[in-house]
Amino acid sequence: MINQLAALDISEAAFLGLIVATIQFATLLYLAALGEAIAERSGVLNLGVEGMMAVGAVSGYIGAVSTGSPWLGLLIGAFGGACAAGVHAVIAVGLGADQVVSGLALTILGLGMANFIGDSYTDDPRRSQFAEVDIPVLSDIAWIGETVFSATPVTYLAALLGVATWFVMNRTALGLGVRAVGESASTADAAGHSVVGTRAGAVLVGGAFAGLSGAYLTTTAIVGAWSEGLTAGRGWIAVALVIFGAWRAGRVATGAVLFGFTLALQTRLQPFGVDFSPILLSMLPYILTVIVLIVISIRARHQPSPAPAGLGIAYRREER
Amino acid sequence: MTHPAVELDGIWKRFPGVIANAGAGLTVRPGTVHAVLGENGAGKTTLMNCLAGVYRPDEGHVRIDGQEMRFSAPADALAAGIGMVHQEFRLVPTFTVAENVVLGAAPRVLDRAEIERQVGELAVRFGFDAEPDRPVWQLSMGERQRVEILKALWRNARVLILDEPTAVLTPQEAVELGEVLRRMVADGRSVIFISHKLDEVVSFCDEATVLRGGETVAASIPVADVDAAELARLMVGDVAVEPVPVAVAMPGDAALTVDNLSVRDARGLLAVDGVSLEVRSGEIVGIAGVAGNGQRALTDAIAGLERVESGTVTVMRTDVTNAPPQRRFSAGLAYVPEDRLGVGLAPKLPVTENAVMREYRTLRRGPLLNWSTAREFCDRIVEQFDVKVGKREAPLAGLSGGNLQRLLLGRELSGMPDIVVASQPTRGLDVAGVRAIQRLIVQQRDEGTGVLMVSEDLDELLSLADRILVMNAGRFVGEFNAREATRTQIGEAMMGTAAEAQS
Repeated sequence: MINQLAALDISEAAFLGLIVATIQFATLLYLAALGEAIAERSGVLNLGVEGMMAVGAVSGYIGAVSTGSPWLGLLIGAFGGACAAGVHAVIAVGLGADQVVSGLALTILGLGMANFIGDSYTDDPRRSQFAEVDIPVLSDIAWIGETVFSATPVTYLAALLGVATWFVMNRTALGLGVRAVGESASTADAAGHSVVGTRAGAVLVGGAFAGLSGAYLTTTAIVGAWSEGLTAGRGWIAVALVIFGAWRAGRVATGAVLFGFTLALQTRLQPFGVDFSPILLSMLPYILTVIVLIVISIRARHQPSPAPAGLGIAYRREER
Repeated sequence: MTHPAVELDGIWKRFPGVIANAGAGLTVRPGTVHAVLGENGAGKTTLMNCLAGVYRPDEGHVRIDGQEMRFSAPADALAAGIGMVHQEFRLVPTFTVAENVVLGAAPRVLDRAEIERQVGELAVRFGFDAEPDRPVWQLSMGERQRVEILKALWRNARVLILDEPTAVLTPQEAVELGEVLRRMVADGRSVIFISHKLDEVVSFCDEATVLRGGETVAASIPVADVDAAELARLMVGDVAVEPVPVAVAMPGDAALTVDNLSVRDARGLLAVDGVSLEVRSGEIVGIAGVAGNGQRALTDAIAGLERVESGTVTVMRTDVTNAPPQRRFSAGLAYVPEDRLGVGLAPKLPVTENAVMREYRTLRRGPLLNWSTAREFCDRIVEQFDVKVGKREAPLAGLSGGNLQRLLLGRELSGMPDIVVASQPTRGLDVAGVRAIQRLIVQQRDEGTGVLMVSEDLDELLSLADRILVMNAGRFVGEFNAREATRTQIGEAMMGTAAEAQS
């Protein structure tokens, strides 16, 4: 395989690098967006993704290097993300405060907490990272094999979580309840689903996924260590990605690859000799999301919007 | 002896500023359809919400099959076999019929085809046809109601509460509902049927309980040997119910002309389908019809709140078809929307701000709002229209329905309109409130204003209106002279079966 690579000319190597980077960014975005999609389908908008990712990244790194196991690091990162999400669950779900305000506060709080916790770990030389795993047979396929099927286990985990999320949402009573709570909380309540419990659960799971996304950065060779500003606004792209993907696990996956590709282009355009502003490129995910919003609102004249109807609306039962 | 299926005893329920139930009671025998009768605001819905676990009663006992119950959530009541179909349906529009039916009582892993088959079978068993795989947003109101009933049956509810079920039904659908209810009681279940319409009670129910002012004034009267006039007297109490006197109309020129108007609803279907009408100065034109036949889309389009697909709207010879609401107001239109607290008024704002919401442009001092004239303006409305308010600075939400409507009507009429479009102006008000609003409307007409009034209350239209247009499926299917028409004639037209010959 190494011989093969040496035989390739520079632009082919750059092209492979572009695919690898796309897969990496897609994994990062997908984990966070999938979690946000779960929370939003239960009717809770959580704009704190960026903060939860940062907490996940720092706790994932500390967990991985102190236990020596990247797997434990990932788990601790997920736990850290869920703890951060707990703030939103208490304030926005439990107390019914404004979800936008609480979510924005969580972004600031999460980033601050991560920087505080991670302060003494900045420039820490220790590493505890996942290695790439070749999937038998599939990894032998040219181009795709050595990129897509030769990734870290986190990428495969993300794909697995995507399928699991789809199954739970669409093929189980639990998922039916989550969707009902997000579409019409009073209906779900009348049918015996706990609105607060369901929403809090969805927010916590969403936080765990965002934590996984952050820990992915610090437990793989992508970054591999903690530093301030590590998440670099990717959490916001994940929020946009949920809209782009119409809140559906499958479409969010497609969007993750597309958005991941635009992110990869920003860093990997040079070798191709293309002169295109990476700053303009960084706007692409948001432009795509705006286009999707426009399409949704035009279609909304004839069919219900794919957005959960109860998104952002706090629920109180005995109101009159 | 067998226990009653349901026994409510001494139920009290208070809300801020309102006592909804003051020791109300109800006893329902198994295998019967039991009517709970009462005027709007008599506490029927609150009492039923206490039974269905939506509200917790402040005092009193709830017994199911003789056993004392305390429900803290609707789920508890469901588990005890109590299902309720609310006036506002509790359905998820984007879910299919089957998904809605099984929600909350679904197997852990969903096999869609299997669930759709089971829901289909259940529907057939109780005598209605359902398409389990259709999304609910595509269904008519009558079909949605059947989904609600199926939900209760899926959980094997022994007692089904229906809150004013026929309000959204065509007369034909109402007859079908009656048959479904018969099958349910034949199956040993009980049905509680909330209504304020005597004719329905007589045709559907076995026994009736009458509520007034939150109290039970007559319990479990057998409907078979009941005197309808006596029931009516029990419902309204000793307040004499004589119609508001209406003088002969002296119609003038056209105040509002709607020509071949079409409006699409959210689904892209024609909610209003090529409708034409004219309201002249000094006449009341009533629009009758079962709820959801395009009345709201029509009035919203006239008021500029709904996009017009085709056709024209003319107010006092000014074409306002695509004009913003403000231009329509300047042309002489006033609008009293169906949704008082959502569209008409802002519940969290104080009385003053609600009162000046239309006229604030004239109440300025330079670029600023002149608060002292604004307050004077508000006081004038409050006084002239007899609005009972606590403090002008208090949020509106605490006002009763009748006072809200008087304030809204006062605000809309203060601009001296040439044409008033009023949608369900008396719905949900108590007897005194209804009469006050009706008097105001008649007074406007006598002063030469044109009035277009949508109402589901046929008697109201028959006594107030000069002409009645009947709306069905977005079209006018009949026009009647209100002095000569009978309930039966209009009822037949509402069904959409009568010929359009009279228009």
